[in-house]
Amino acid sequence: MSIVVLDNVKKSFGAVTVLHGVSFSVEKGQVMALIGASGSGKSTALRCIDRLEQIDSGRIEVCGHQVASADLDLRKLRLDVGIVFQSYNLFPHLTVEQNITLGPVSVKRMPKSEARKITADVLAKVGLADKASAYPEQLSGGQQQRAAIARSLAMQPKVMLFDEVTSALDPKLTGEVLRVIEQLADSGMTMIMVTHEMNFARRIADRIVFMHDGRVHEQGGAEILSAPATPELRDFVSNEL
Amino acid sequence: MILDFTLIIARWQMLMDGAWLTVQLAAVTTLTGFLVGTLCAVARRSRFRLAASTAGLYVEAIRNTPFLVQIFLVYFGLSSLGLSLSAVTVAIIALTINVGAYTAEIMRAGFDSIHRGQWEAAETLGLTKFQQYWHVALRPAMERVYPSLSSQFILLMLASSVTSQISTEELTAAANFIQSETYRPLETYLLIALIYVALSLAMRVVFWGIGMIIFPRRRRLGTSL
Repeated sequence: MSIVVLDNVKKSFGAVTVLHGVSFSVEKGQVMALIGASGSGKSTALRCIDRLEQIDSGRIEVCGHQVASADLDLRKLRLDVGIVFQSYNLFPHLTVEQNITLGPVSVKRMPKSEARKITADVLAKVGLADKASAYPEQLSGGQQQRAAIARSLAMQPKVMLFDEVTSALDPKLTGEVLRVIEQLADSGMTMIMVTHEMNFARRIADRIVFMHDGRVHEQGGAEILSAPATPELRDFVSNEL
Repeated sequence: MILDFTLIIARWQMLMDGAWLTVQLAAVTTLTGFLVGTLCAVARRSRFRLAASTAGLYVEAIRNTPFLVQIFLVYFGLSSLGLSLSAVTVAIIALTINVGAYTAEIMRAGFDSIHRGQWEAAETLGLTKFQQYWHVALRPAMERVYPSLSSQFILLMLASSVTSQISTEELTAAANFIQSETYRPLETYLLIALIYVALSLAMRVVFWGIGMIIFPRRRRLGTSL
């Protein structure tokens, strides 16, 4: 069963068309890697899935929500979808624990004690059990990104979106974040990740979607990275390595 | 020139009563002004045009007219509506309207300084617009503009002297009365100038203390956002 479907999605910013009719779908439990050069529209496609951008035409369905529809219940969509950003976007004035409990307590109306229990749980999952009372600025970039992943997980989403979450990190810190994402993939979480980490994509992605000039140019299993069918993907992969 | 304070010292109680009212006016209108200003800042940033332009009009109207004129407008405006309010109530209303406009601009700058990613993170967690402001934007915004905010509220305390014109019996009004009784204007105003200085310094200390309470991260790490 497809949990995320994009069907002929078009999106422009002013005169610039970013998505020229993008279609792909993700099954429950699948890990999809969205790859492509900067400006190919992959981040925009991801942001459209969580309605951070409104599309011009086409259809997006996420966990049964018609995302482009005018009567979409935005809060319900956000409960089903977690998103992690390149720049972490932790709230600097709140401790790691407060960052994580904010969603469950304010949005889900969960009692604080229960939210704290979940927080301890997700922090252990991302290897930050001892950082609950730290402020974001006291953490390294990799720790901040793992805390941001924990914040999303605490909302118990059905789909996780990752928008170039390791692009701001050095190789060591990238490694620790990727390990967390890999564990999440192993636990059966449905995920769509925009990434430049080709080896990582090859290892954990069930499906790879290569975007080029606002279109899905090529898609398939991890094997398309080893044997690209189009010159654009071949060119892209050879540049990445 | 010989300065003689004896007659004024004899009326010390009157000055203290005036100073106390000044403190009360400042405390109340700091709170009400902050509330009005913050709500206006939110309104100005709103995508609802009517709210944004109404708030904009209010801010411009206040920032481009003298405070004394505003006081008279409130005073005579309310009484022409048949409302007979005490001078203190009118003073509170006028001071709130005045400082609210300046606070609105300061808080707007604070909210504007919050990075788009913070709003998006809050939005994607499912927080409502109100919750985004309350939990995510308000404290960092305040922290960034806190020096301007506290200066504005100290200015407010000093500006409350103008309300003596509608016979609010605050510090300046007390001084006006004392100097007319004692014929010692220079001594009287010198003394209340000193009292105003003391009040300003005390307010700085109070704002520093409040800052320590509402910005625990700064207290712990000693860094600004």
